Amino acid sequence: MSPTMTETTVVTLKIDDREISARSDQTVLEVAWENGLFVPALCHYEGLGDVGACRLCLVEIKGSPKLTPACVVKVTQDMEVVTQSERLAKYRRSIIELLFAERNHICSVCVSNGNCELQTLAQKLGVDHIRYPYLYPKVSVDASHSRFTLDHNRCILCARCVRACDEVEGAHVWDLFGRGVDTRLISDLGTPWGESETCTTCGKCVHICPTGALVEKGKSVAEMVHARPRFAAMARVRSSSGR
Amino acid sequence: MAKVSIATVWLDGCSGCHMSFLDLDERLLIVADKIDLVYSPLVDFKDYPEMVDIALVEGAVASEEDLHKIQKIRAHTKTLIAFGDCAVTANVPSMRNLVGKKAVLQHAYFELATLDPQVPNVVVPPLLDRVRPVHDVVKVDIFLPGCPPSADTIFAALVELLEGRIPDVPALTRFGK
Ligand code: SF4
Ligand code: SF4
Ligand code: SF4
Ligand code: FES
Repeated sequence: MSPTMTETTVVTLKIDDREISARSDQTVLEVAWENGLFVPALCHYEGLGDVGACRLCLVEIKGSPKLTPACVVKVTQDMEVVTQSERLAKYRRSIIELLFAERNHICSVCVSNGNCELQTLAQKLGVDHIRYPYLYPKVSVDASHSRFTLDHNRCILCARCVRACDEVEGAHVWDLFGRGVDTRLISDLGTPWGESETCTTCGKCVHICPTGALVEKGKSVAEMVHARPRFAAMARVRSSSGR
Repeated sequence: MAKVSIATVWLDGCSGCHMSFLDLDERLLIVADKIDLVYSPLVDFKDYPEMVDIALVEGAVASEEDLHKIQKIRAHTKTLIAFGDCAVTANVPSMRNLVGKKAVLQHAYFELATLDPQVPNVVVPPLLDRVRPVHDVVKVDIFLPGCPPSADTIFAALVELLEGRIPDVPALTRFGK
């Protein structure tokens, strides 16, 4: 263990008035989920590093006036967390609505219709219409890869693909380019995916994508079912086999 | 008890939501006892009544006619329901917003026309610059997403409304369902 790392201990904290004990190296989101509590999340994926990109996992932590993304905060002794409140519900709904308004989501004709984490969360959080004006950005579809397609119309910039390709596959094809609503996912520093020299065609990015943005070719409406890779289990197997 | 007056309206949609309404099948008889269908593409009344209890509005607002219609309907309706994804999100009709009205007309009436190319300006209502969801234009009271909402969803929602309750929409349907 390096000297800068603090030792892992067991802490007790309160989440939604429940006494819970956890390891000090766990995040609030992990602990909440482990205890069967519902906290919505889109950018978090078990087995990948957290980046706090989507802000859906916001919770209230006693003593702080700000809302805190649960996926990037570790639990501490005597912490008091609230995961359900009117205020949180309001912000979570707004975030979902903004994601819909920011790109072109036409669920009825989407390859991921019925198999989409954004769509499912919208329903779960009670989003039945979008109050913000749709931006209708003119974005492209990259169909240059022989097996997969990237449809920017459906991308929510969660960066799950970026991390899967970098951290698990080790290829680092993807990056996010630009700022704010103009941010775009790019492959190999801006070359078409089909011309990528680094892509191994492993499909990890495709199967980890929460929406219909990264899909297998040849899928029609509602046919794209993501086979969610079990990165955390893979990592455990690798470390226990001494590699 | 007085019957509840119901209107159904067809703006820029494919009529699929109306077809789904007809898919209530024998349940239409249960509903028929409790409602008066006062205005609809399914019946032959030409004018919208002075006041309607519930209006189910299918379709997005895409033309000047849609716009005038929905404003009039709003003024004469107690509970206005955005019925189906086109009404709720503008759905497929909104895909023309990506290229703009001009490009769409150009393609349909000039590039694809072999004889006497021109944009029609009589009988056919002019298109709005943008296709808009209904709530972008008038106040909507209840949103019923789905493409189309299933007959089960429509029936469950109607039963609640006829009993004077607000349906729990997310328990019934979602975008694209
Ligand atoms: S990605 Fe999901 S939310 Fe977006 S259009 Fe497809 S199904 Fe709907
Ligand atoms: S297919 Fe594999 S290597 Fe290629 S971009 Fe996706 S994750 Fe990276
Ligand atoms: S392509 Fe999919 S996984 Fe990648 S950033 Fe967009 S939504 Fe997230
Ligand atoms: S899951 Fe925490 S910010 Fe996305």
